[in-house]
Amino acid sequence: MILVFADQRDGNLKKASKEAISEGKRLATSLSDSLGVVVLGSGAKGVVDEIKKYGADKVFVSETPDAYSPDLYAEGVAKIAKENDAKVVLFPGTSMCVDFAPRVSAKLEAGLVTDITATEVKDGKLVVKKPVYSGKAIATVDYKSDIAMATLRPNVFELAESNGAGEVVEFSVDGEAKAKAIKVELKEAGKVELTEASIIVSGGRGVKGPEYFQNELQQLADLLGAAVGASRAAVDAGWIDHSHQVGQTGKVVSPKVYMAFGISGAIQHLAGMGTSQYIIAVNKDPDAPIFNVASLGVVADLFKVVPALIEEIKKAK
Amino acid sequence: MNIMVFIKQVPDTETKIKIADDGKSIVEDGINWIVSPYDEFAIEEAVKTKENLGGEVTVVTMGPKRAESALRTALAMGCDKAIHLEDDAFEGADAYSTAKALAKVIEKHNPDLIFFGKQGVGNDNTQVGQLVAEMVGIGHIGTCIKLEIDGDTIRGEREIEGGRETVETKLPAIVTAQRGLNEPRYPNLRGIMKAKKKPLEKLTPADLGLSADEVGLAGAKTVYLSLELPPARQAGKKIEVEPEVAAKEIVEFLKNEAKVL
Ligand SMILES: Cc1cc2nc3c(=O)[nH]c(=O)nc-3n(C[C@H](O)[C@H](O)[C@H](O)COP(=O)(O)OP(=O)(O)OC[C@H]3O[C@@H](n4cnc5c(N)ncnc54)[C@H](O)[C@@H]3O)c2cc1C
Ligand SMILES: Nc1ncnc2c1ncn2[C@@H]1O[C@H](COP(=O)(O)O)[C@@H](O)[C@H]1O
Repeated sequence: MILVFADQRDGNLKKASKEAISEGKRLATSLSDSLGVVVLGSGAKGVVDEIKKYGADKVFVSETPDAYSPDLYAEGVAKIAKENDAKVVLFPGTSMCVDFAPRVSAKLEAGLVTDITATEVKDGKLVVKKPVYSGKAIATVDYKSDIAMATLRPNVFELAESNGAGEVVEFSVDGEAKAKAIKVELKEAGKVELTEASIIVSGGRGVKGPEYFQNELQQLADLLGAAVGASRAAVDAGWIDHSHQVGQTGKVVSPKVYMAFGISGAIQHLAGMGTSQYIIAVNKDPDAPIFNVASLGVVADLFKVVPALIEEIKKAK
Repeated sequence: MNIMVFIKQVPDTETKIKIADDGKSIVEDGINWIVSPYDEFAIEEAVKTKENLGGEVTVVTMGPKRAESALRTALAMGCDKAIHLEDDAFEGADAYSTAKALAKVIEKHNPDLIFFGKQGVGNDNTQVGQLVAEMVGIGHIGTCIKLEIDGDTIRGEREIEGGRETVETKLPAIVTAQRGLNEPRYPNLRGIMKAKKKPLEKLTPADLGLSADEVGLAGAKTVYLSLELPPARQAGKKIEVEPEVAAKEIVEFLKNEAKVL
């Protein structure tokens, strides 16, 4: 079985989960295997129908444990993997999965490769690709364990609906949590999550202050249904919260369109957005390195371009 | 409190990466080696905790001879003693076989509180702290940006999509440090001088009760088949026009190329 973990909170199935299930289905097809999906926690039952749309043959569902626990979540997934003789276990690269997937790897004594951007089947075996050294190289990684595990970079793998047997198997994860989430605060409910956004509007030191993030860039983002990102220089200046930082020491994003305003394009920034499908850069310095990777480069003052762009998008809508 | 912090020496993020003749590793000549940036947060939190609650901080790394300088940096920042897992057999480790060796250090010394960085930059596994927690059988708080110690209970805040969550666990436990946890101090001259005299113990697989085939490349569950330069990104169109014209061009691009409007 190819097993995929579906990350959901309170009945909201993450987009990255659907991508992982879609990729699991593609692997199941090319390896002539079945696809199982495991989903845990309160709200789990509510996402079963949605999971089935992506071709699951079996959905293993448990409303336990009641709160996120890295050790109990690992136990739940490892148990299903063992009982069903999983050959491959995939996870979406969400904050939750990055946190507990290594524990599953220890339990199954299986190799885990994080943040993969491609899979390949070679001689009937899975090999994966992963960017390393700030995206300056791509590693092709092979497994020496019977079970191969990976977390998938969000927004890279294509969604694909398909058919599967869709059998539902209920189970429960019992035991005492060693560590457990005791509080969850969603500050930005309703806002587009950076790692899942298909468009990101990002600002750097050139934006010159917090107001521009809160006003113009946010307005532009809202018009486009985009998330707001930032360079480290902007975060370090205190203009915007670190949760918006893109790059080596921030988030790795892979949107369809990344728009960089007043960002020079340092290697550590590129490490976080270099796999974006299209990059649009606005910078007044014609020699800014960001232009080396920009699909569309605009040499101009961002303070003049952004307002004009807002007007133009309003017209286009 | 008996505190332990695990650090990894990595290439400076500015380093130009050259692929070695074997096609699966990097050329190490000319690389400037640094303590992985996240491990600096781990060191700072360990030293700060000692300053607040008393005790001792042991810094641990597994790596070749050169990694000694990373240990000296941590000692200069205020750690008290160092352990260096240095042996040819440790070479070629992946996250799994690294964790296997590091877990033994914890089992040998029984620290109360253990810090890791969230990620060793370069290979970016983001795994070793959690793997060790599972192997040792203790709780962990991952990518922690705020830590509170309350007797033998610890609570840590971590970022999740669209917000934060607080995770609670009991000591002994592992915390992996994320940017935001603190501002790492710079080692000062006095610290650097003192660091030279602090004890540094070397350990081999045998000292940890491990055989050579459980560590390094032999004990790894994943191996690099190849390492390649990424396909060069083609720079596209570059324009220098009036703002209004630029805005129109961007909208055209969003409509016709990216097809998101
Ligand atoms: C270990 C390490 C980790 C790091 N991690 C990250 C990370 O995760 N993310 C990250 O972003 N950086 C990171 N950095 C920092 C990185 O090296 C750069 O310093 C940073 O990305 C620069 O941010 P910037 O492009 O906003 O600022 P700058 O480099 O100062 O660039 C500002 C740009 O704005 C342009 N500009 C100014 N005014 C205007 C205007 N009116 N109109 C148009 N353009 C204008 C300028 O021409 C310039 O190109 C890291 C560095 C290190 C050493
Ligand atoms: N060779 C090593 N020696 C000591 N600690 C390590 C080593 N490799 C990784 N770590 C620790 O594990 C963390 C996560 O590393 P990684 O899983 O490789 O991204 C690092 O930030 C270090 O704290």
